[in-house]
Amino acid sequence: MSDLIAVAMSGGVDSSTVAALLKREGHNIAGLTMQLWNQRRLPELTTDETTGRCCSLDDVYDARRVAEHVGIPYYVVNLERQFEESVVAPFVDEYLAGRTPIPCTLCNTFIKFDQFLTLADSVGAKAIATGHYARVSRNEQTGRWQMRTARDFSKDQTYFLWGLTQEQLSRTMFPLGEMVKSEVRDLAIEFDLPVAKKAESYEICFVPNGDYAAFIDSYLGEKGLSREETAGRIMHEDGREVGKHTGAHHFTVGQRKGLGIAAKEPLYVIATDPKSQTVTVGGNDSLLRSTLTVKGINWLSWTGLPATARANVRIRNRHLPAPATLCPLEDGRVEVQFDEPQRAVTPGQGAVFYSGDLVIAGGWIE
Amino acid sequence: MPHYYFDHNATAPVAPEVLRGLAETLGETYGNASSIHYFGQAAKQKLESARRQLAASVGCDPREIVFTSGGTEADNLALFGIGRRKPGHVITTGIEHPAVLSACAQLEREGHNVTYMPVSRSGVADPAHIRSALRPETNLITVMHANNETGVIQPIAEIGAIAKEAGVIFHSDAVQTAGRIPLNVRELGVDLLSMSGHKFGAPKGIGALYVSKGVELQPLLYGGRHERERRAGTENVAGAWAMGLAAASRLDWNHLSPLRDRLERGILHRIPAVRVNGGFSHRLPNTTNLCFEGIEGEAMVIALDLRGYAVSSGSACSSGAVEPSHVLLAMGLSREEARSSVRFSLGPSNTKEQVDSLIEAVVDSVAHLRRISVAEVAHV
Repeated sequence: MSDLIAVAMSGGVDSSTVAALLKREGHNIAGLTMQLWNQRRLPELTTDETTGRCCSLDDVYDARRVAEHVGIPYYVVNLERQFEESVVAPFVDEYLAGRTPIPCTLCNTFIKFDQFLTLADSVGAKAIATGHYARVSRNEQTGRWQMRTARDFSKDQTYFLWGLTQEQLSRTMFPLGEMVKSEVRDLAIEFDLPVAKKAESYEICFVPNGDYAAFIDSYLGEKGLSREETAGRIMHEDGREVGKHTGAHHFTVGQRKGLGIAAKEPLYVIATDPKSQTVTVGGNDSLLRSTLTVKGINWLSWTGLPATARANVRIRNRHLPAPATLCPLEDGRVEVQFDEPQRAVTPGQGAVFYSGDLVIAGGWIE
Repeated sequence: MPHYYFDHNATAPVAPEVLRGLAETLGETYGNASSIHYFGQAAKQKLESARRQLAASVGCDPREIVFTSGGTEADNLALFGIGRRKPGHVITTGIEHPAVLSACAQLEREGHNVTYMPVSRSGVADPAHIRSALRPETNLITVMHANNETGVIQPIAEIGAIAKEAGVIFHSDAVQTAGRIPLNVRELGVDLLSMSGHKFGAPKGIGALYVSKGVELQPLLYGGRHERERRAGTENVAGAWAMGLAAASRLDWNHLSPLRDRLERGILHRIPAVRVNGGFSHRLPNTTNLCFEGIEGEAMVIALDLRGYAVSSGSACSSGAVEPSHVLLAMGLSREEARSSVRFSLGPSNTKEQVDSLIEAVVDSVAHLRRISVAEVAHV
């Protein structure tokens, strides 16, 4: 019997196809679903639509059905406590601190490729496989594990995977990294998977309908914090007060819709300051930045930055990596100098450095 | 890979003699037990014969047996049947099965009061505490006979005497004991007692509530006049027949205690830092609940399952994920200790050889899990 591989199964098409694919290749596999968040935890946010969301009973039902179809043992494991500690609470804290966090990166770094990897090891699986779109390979000369963008660049998820350590990479398989999405769909149909036609979800899994502000309000309410404390003013960059708001966390840099301000030119959020609860708005040009500083860097394919180097830098998930110069700072941070100014550099989001399809490193925008 | 079953407190396999006759009963005795014709009479006879067998096994009159769909319905019928008659007060414990605890929570929502008595570190409820919780409006005491997770047997006869003295109706959830170890409702002093067929050799979907003569229940279900108007719905004749036969075969699970002790001692002897939850108490002969310091019980259950051994940990929530056992928490274990605990529950089909190979698998699994958790700590 070959070594056991634990497949992280969400009930979606991608991870289901991974399970079927590895089974067909003759691997000894077990399916596991992480129960991360109780969708009924914040009842006022619960709508009929939440039933089809992450960690919902419907998803578990789908994953179980796929496991049965593929013919593998299947388990649901409870990581709700760890998820709240490592992902949800920091997500809320970051928003309140005026930054726009990416919980998927935290989840990948602290849950899927940490707790889940440990759990897999616990149950006897040396490796895990997920439905992420990314490629991992080993540089035979240096022995270093490297990450590359997915062959299907439109599905590439390396923006969320930059936090993986060498140890984590050495035990992780991304079988979909070399495939385009349509091939995965075709495979799912070929395997006759019950979820082959299931719609994809793009939203943050624990936030119903993508409404972060409502989620944060409701989470704070549960923790006994008053909503009045977060109210403040909306200022124009020229110094005029142009409106009021009920919480700076309702705004994110680059946001245009929902400001509730009448103005001749389009206005965008250009900064949020949680200390004074001030939201600053201005014209599109004010959103442009040429430099940014990245902290908390994890070096993936490279081991570090001994000197200034050229790279393409991505500052949002759907952002096309932009040419830039990386300048090492003394304390391990990196200053990124873009060739062309970039729009809406958002503190709290990730910045990922690429050299071609190689993922060099990633970190957090200050 | 062979699979061995050590989770009999969750459910037990259908007994061979029951299995042999089940298809025949379903196929031939298909009449509605309420019908007046030949087919109806044949069904009625089977039903009543089963009622007599079950009654005899717990020492009551057949008229005191109400067949239900299972243990949960029996518990619900007892709690709502008494609780809803008038506003009042119920005394129970923190270690009851969810079938009782959730029904209590519903009674509270309906305006009744419920007192949840604590249990000792060894998992036993104190009759003196229950006596002191009595109020003039107390109309029901409900305490389980043996706990499903630890196997700890509660002092039912003592509590029964207190209830009788106070004139309060006394219910016991005997789902883990009825049909498995000798039990007599008169000796226990209970007015109501829940039983479940699938715990001792009948299929799922049949249970019963013993209702002492003279105790009036408000029904849960409204419909025909079945079960002396205490439980409407066409009787599950084949299920009742199976439950009666399983009860009459008087399989005594007490003979399992040497096997359970072999498992427990084997593990305690081979693995350091293991404690028996409720180990100092009078327990079911087939159950041991072990706390393995420093491991995740959930991971151990999966690891053992992947090697062919079925055991359990905590209680499954709706998705199938595991939550720390409320029983162990009520016994004063920390959440960490509760999460590190695993239940092994044996049944008549387990052999010495199976137990010995289980011990080996547990030894390996705990060693592996502890290596990982040490590495985790070092990593942090």
